[in-house]
Amino acid sequence: MNSLVEILGLSKVYIRGKQKIEVLHHIDLSIGCGDFVALMGPSGSGKTTLLNLIGGLDSPTEGVIAVHGQRIEQLGESDLARWRAAHVGFVFQFYNLLPMLSARKNVELPLLLTRLSALERTNHADVALQLVGLADRAAHKPAELSGGQQQRVAIARAIVSDPMLLVCDEPTGDLDRQSAVEVLTLLRRLNRDHGKTIVMVTHDPKAADFASKTLQLDKGTLVSTAQGAAA
Amino acid sequence: MKYLHLVWAAMLRRKARTLLTLLSIMLAFLLFGVLDSVRSAFMEAGHNVAAVHRLVTFSKASLTVPLPKSLYSRIEAVPGVSEAAYVNWFGGYYQTPKHALGGEAVGAGFFALFPEYEMPATERRAFAAIRTGVVVGEGLARRYHWKLGDKIPVQADIFAQKNGSNTWTFDLVGIYHVSAARLESEEYGFYFHWDYFDQASALGNGTVNWYVERVADPRQADRIARAIDALSANSDHETQTQREDAFAAHLISQYVDMGPIVGAILGAVFFTLILLTSNTMTQAVRERVPELAILKTLGFPGRGILSLVLGESVLLLASGGAAGLVLASLVVGLVRARLGAQIPLLPVGWAIWLQGLGLTALIGVLVGALPARHGMRLRIVDALSGH
Repeated sequence: MNSLVEILGLSKVYIRGKQKIEVLHHIDLSIGCGDFVALMGPSGSGKTTLLNLIGGLDSPTEGVIAVHGQRIEQLGESDLARWRAAHVGFVFQFYNLLPMLSARKNVELPLLLTRLSALERTNHADVALQLVGLADRAAHKPAELSGGQQQRVAIARAIVSDPMLLVCDEPTGDLDRQSAVEVLTLLRRLNRDHGKTIVMVTHDPKAADFASKTLQLDKGTLVSTAQGAAA
Repeated sequence: MKYLHLVWAAMLRRKARTLLTLLSIMLAFLLFGVLDSVRSAFMEAGHNVAAVHRLVTFSKASLTVPLPKSLYSRIEAVPGVSEAAYVNWFGGYYQTPKHALGGEAVGAGFFALFPEYEMPATERRAFAAIRTGVVVGEGLARRYHWKLGDKIPVQADIFAQKNGSNTWTFDLVGIYHVSAARLESEEYGFYFHWDYFDQASALGNGTVNWYVERVADPRQADRIARAIDALSANSDHETQTQREDAFAAHLISQYVDMGPIVGAILGAVFFTLILLTSNTMTQAVRERVPELAILKTLGFPGRGILSLVLGESVLLLASGGAAGLVLASLVVGLVRARLGAQIPLLPVGWAIWLQGLGLTALIGVLVGALPARHGMRLRIVDALSGH
């Protein structure tokens, strides 16, 4: 399988006052195209930091991150923003939808950065909402949707610009079991049927079972790799 | 334009706060429109009335200090003066104190100096013939439903008659019309005979407040003014002679100097507005830090976030400002329609609109700059984790 994400000697150090906190320590990692990877580990192990670095939300202190051949640690802020818009979809624990916008307008947000016309943007958003099973909720605002539905809108927003990589930070952390299963099933479908590479941070072993591979982090170091139940 | 719905959404996030802020902005720009209209009217007043061939002579000490009427024949004789007249100010009210009336007791030949006051020859002759005659402007006649032949009793404020009465009764013998729209405010004059006033008044006999002269050649106006003032040099009634426009400005400044007053009021209003809207924008952006972080996560560049926040503050100011100026136009229009040209208001014209909209943009950028910079520079990871 071709590698989509290549990480070599990745370290991340935060400086808080006079204190240096090494969150990630010389990580080497390869994620293949079409992988569905679960990142697990105890709190403070560096899962979210690693996810943020892979998604281009933060920059490493040391090391290389290449995504589809692009050395993203070398990109400046503006180039990194453009790169994220084109290549990565994000899903967060608390959905992070804009409360004043309808589901459709939330899904359209990444398309505002493209040259698509208003009609094309609406059509794309409707297709994405259809894919997550929420075509009939397009005009609803986030407050009018359940947690599971809001997370599916967030997933529609993540896939609307057809990125190759989805990064998901605890996507089921705020959901009941039934909604969590629906969301995870949706992510697995996007991985299997649409070829999306997914990197998901989770505390929940049942959620990790939906992934094809599980990576364990502890104290900033990658300690084990295992094939998931879904592999 | 494709980001406009994001700006609107941000503004409507806290409807009550946005509405109250909009009301404050609207009120500030309503004041701006109305007060600037008053200030402009005061500034324009002198220029509108002024004619280049007229000079006005008054006491160098103060407009309220009378001059001897005996100066008249000497002024008339100054080379270059083709005609002259004298005027006494008169104040009172008609029927009730609410109907204040400013009149002038004028010497013979006054109307010859003011050809813009159009009146039939028969009425001019009637005025010349009737000692208690009064000529009023069409606007004033319309306001009090006066017609020729009416007897008009006026209660004087200061000038009681020698018989102790404060009531002066005039016979309406002439109503003049002014064709030029810019002289609309001139149609509220009330002119009667100086001789009648001087003989009946208990005060100021044999004196006048100012002289008006017509010069044959306006290019000689300065030389003639100096010659007139030379007549009273080193006397106890030294004079100051000015062109009519300078005199009008001088006269208005005796009542009130509008520029600094309007400037001070608007300065205080806009200073408060800047503090208020700055606070609103700072709060609005602080509440939306996670949302702005999400936009950045999705790939919106820092400059895009800057533009969104600045757009929001400018739109807030522009909406409130435009509403305020529309309201000011309506208020000024209503006052002008109800009170005519007696209240010195100019319509809220394009110049005030341009200034107002320029101010909204300026204040919008000013109050949005800091929150916008904060939004532009926020670190996604910190903002999403609530730091």
